[in-house]
Amino acid sequence: MTDSAVQDVAAPSAKLAEKMSVRSLDFYYGDHRALKSVNVKFYANQVTALIGPSGCGKSTLLRVLNRMYDLYPRQRAEGEVLLDGENILDPKLDLNSLRARVGMVFQKPTPFPMSIYENIAFGVRLYEKLGRADMDERVEAALRGAALWDEVKDKLTTSGLSLSGGQQQRLCIARTIAIKPEMILFDEPASALDPISTAKIEELIDELRADYTIAIVTHNMQQAVRVSQFTAFMYLGELVEFDQTDRIFTAPRERRTQDYITGRFG
Amino acid sequence: MVDHTVRSFDADLETLDRHISEMGGIAEKMLSDAMDALATMNAELAHRVVETDLRLDHLQRTVEDLAVRTLARRQPVAVDLRDVVGVMRIAADLERIGDQAKNIAKRTTKIAGEPRLSRAVIGLKSMHEVAANQLKDVLDAYAQRDASAARAVWARDAELDALEDSVFRDLLTFMMEDPRNITFCTHLLFCSKNLERVGDHATNIAETVVYIVTGENLSGEDRPRGPEAAALP
Repeated sequence: MTDSAVQDVAAPSAKLAEKMSVRSLDFYYGDHRALKSVNVKFYANQVTALIGPSGCGKSTLLRVLNRMYDLYPRQRAEGEVLLDGENILDPKLDLNSLRARVGMVFQKPTPFPMSIYENIAFGVRLYEKLGRADMDERVEAALRGAALWDEVKDKLTTSGLSLSGGQQQRLCIARTIAIKPEMILFDEPASALDPISTAKIEELIDELRADYTIAIVTHNMQQAVRVSQFTAFMYLGELVEFDQTDRIFTAPRERRTQDYITGRFG
Repeated sequence: MVDHTVRSFDADLETLDRHISEMGGIAEKMLSDAMDALATMNAELAHRVVETDLRLDHLQRTVEDLAVRTLARRQPVAVDLRDVVGVMRIAADLERIGDQAKNIAKRTTKIAGEPRLSRAVIGLKSMHEVAANQLKDVLDAYAQRDASAARAVWARDAELDALEDSVFRDLLTFMMEDPRNITFCTHLLFCSKNLERVGDHATNIAETVVYIVTGENLSGEDRPRGPEAAALP
């Protein structure tokens, strides 16, 4: 496996570090090959959007990046996914520490049926033993990081389920960043939200980029344009085109990419 | 190209296309009428050219409005985005070509009473021929979305620049020969500048066509140029 198989699309002048590198990745649901020799990079402190029609494999790819698929039988990945040069597909890898390093936010907000405070503290306790003051500090930092603090600071003991959809989603983001991951995976994080909540999440993603490497699956093309620096277009389990977002949405190289993003798919 | 899933988007793009070809036709006609009026000192025809310009201005605003609405409504990307942005640029260039024709027509009405010098207009006729060809070819290139035809127009711009140069020398000679030619020839000098500008706008349109088709920006620095008129004695 040579490096040249993974296309380097960042401008050399940008001097971007590579956080994660996917090489010749195949993925199987039983006998069905859902990903076909996918090569893609995730640059540090950049947002990479994965786009493509339903069933193209973009969510599957996302689920490989923190080995979420391991929870299910008869699903397997072949190839390499290097996180800081270490292959996370290695069966000997500690999954708990991987999922602490690579956090995930889902399409539907999934707060636990507990207080706002506990929603965040719960996850932290799985990985760290913090004193009361340290935990308070961690919870506040996470809520601030998720741009939710001002809205909930006076009701930390009320149920996370009492929040609006957009707030619940930001609570889930707070829960994810409280564990201090290096990378965050977003699986259509705004598809169930109204435009204002969506704008807040997008603004947040842009802010989070300063500290984390981000991958986002989205069906909303305009959202991909707004939030990402890099875009990968997938179709039928293949990675068709991977490039700077500006390039993909002004002058894509591949016909299939153009047909999809301009709404010409049959 | 395959149609959009949303059909009305195609209808919007087709309407923009149709407006551009109408604008192109009007600009071509204005230019040839302005030159006919100049050659025959036909003030009435010149007036008509000036009036036609209003129609061109109106069409340009229509194109801009529809293009802006299309941007807002469809949020086009890739070739569609280049198409809509390109259409706005081309409409602006065609409107400017109309202005050049209008300026020539206005001069015609001014110099209608001056002593004429038929041989002085010959050079301008050649310039018009080249400019009109450039305009026709670039409008065809746009209609066919033909980047290589557009590149050919782009590369030929130097020809018109060189022609302007020789017209400049000729007119200078006529003025030195007989000072009574000065007023007439000075006006013609401006007309030659107008025609040269038409060529520049055709070249701009050629660049836009290449951008629409390929996404590439032709660099202005690489454009072939004739010798600068300013460098002459």
